[in-house]
Amino acid sequence: MASEAPLNVPDPVWKQTLLDQVGETLNLCFQCGTCTSSCPSGRLTAFRTRQVIRKAQFGLKDLILPSDDLWTCTTCFTCYERCPRGVEIVGIITALRNMAVRAGYMSESHQKLVRTIYDTGHMIPVSEKVTALRKQLGLPERPPTVLVDEEARKQVKFILDQTGLMRLLKEDK
Amino acid sequence: MEVAFFVGCIAPLRYPGIESATRAVLDRLDVDVRELEGASCCPAPGVTRSFDSTSWLTVAARNLALAERKGLDILTICNGCFGSLFEAAYILGEQPEQLRRVNAILEKIGLAYTPHGVEVRHFAEYLSKDVGDAAIRRTFKKKLDIPVAVHYGCHFLKPSKIKQLDDPEHPTMVDKLVELTGAKSVQYKDKEMCCGAGGGVRARHPETARAMTKAKLEEIRASGAKAIIDVCPFCHLQYDSAQKEIGEGYDIPVLHLAQLYGLAMGIDHKLLGFEAHATPVKLGL
Repeated sequence: MASEAPLNVPDPVWKQTLLDQVGETLNLCFQCGTCTSSCPSGRLTAFRTRQVIRKAQFGLKDLILPSDDLWTCTTCFTCYERCPRGVEIVGIITALRNMAVRAGYMSESHQKLVRTIYDTGHMIPVSEKVTALRKQLGLPERPPTVLVDEEARKQVKFILDQTGLMRLLKEDK
Repeated sequence: MEVAFFVGCIAPLRYPGIESATRAVLDRLDVDVRELEGASCCPAPGVTRSFDSTSWLTVAARNLALAERKGLDILTICNGCFGSLFEAAYILGEQPEQLRRVNAILEKIGLAYTPHGVEVRHFAEYLSKDVGDAAIRRTFKKKLDIPVAVHYGCHFLKPSKIKQLDDPEHPTMVDKLVELTGAKSVQYKDKEMCCGAGGGVRARHPETARAMTKAKLEEIRASGAKAIIDVCPFCHLQYDSAQKEIGEGYDIPVLHLAQLYGLAMGIDHKLLGFEAHATPVKLGL
């Protein structure tokens, strides 16, 4: 049973996959904790940047990928700017998130955003209120983007079909 | 001066006043604004890139390729769009394997991206470096004599190793642009801290995002600032909407730099779109 298996088992194959993606700076971390002490999310949550990097160094994927805390990083880059070892921390967190998504850990709120960008080419849906305000401001009702260009919208969908973004959604698996 | 205007999502679809103010301000500064027809979401780095880096890079490359086809550099008004497109252009310039993969897809829709084919610019650094103080001052008609809190956001200056625009811990670029209007940029604790919205946190952990915004708002209120000046519609959305949601009577108006410049240039308030703001824009000028 997966739920009874210990989670703190290093996975060297997974560690190598991660290293291939993020580069060798992951191994440079010497655990000084500058990242954690600089992290605005860490002030408010249980997210500890230093610990995530340590777990990644050991290949402890089952402790990292299901973690909700992984998604409290705002990618503000403060840790990366201050890291005395030049560890690509935000790049590592991004790679871990990509892996978490592939393992099925995408929140419903984030799946909704994926559907919006796939369907419309934008992150924000069109609203009547804003359309009216645009007219009042002398702007065209829709900006001159994918919203008024069916061919362009198809191009964005084509790209996302090629890269398989929608296959990452739970019900599309 | 000619640029392809990358409008993004939040400005045109949530705060159209930021878009109209940008157009009016650039017009007065004699910047020739061309449309980037058919552009999409940048796509939003905190979410799209967190989900699937390849999808993020390829959609960003399409936007870059559209500008390259026009032979124009891209002008963004959002830290998210700027960060996404700037970093995508950087990756495509440095990593031939990524470029090859991306172009193999773009080719099928009749597009291609050439490394270093397009420069990605942000409104604030474009004004600071290309337009310049003297030309900006000449367009101002009204002195805005108020103390304001500047919020740089994260993806304008960082990662500084590749952006190289200003000191990421002690920047002055936007403060200087703001003070040209006569406003006083006040210092406050944690000025360089994130607004809380980025990285998909606003969508997945809205209470954490709001708690971060609240910490910033407390410091901004204590500084005596009468407005928050941002250079990013996403930070703008977070500050503007969180004040209403938290409901502790902050009442600190939130203006994008383009809207502040609109006021300084004497552009009609009605063209700056303050109706879209949840926190009323009352500056007492």
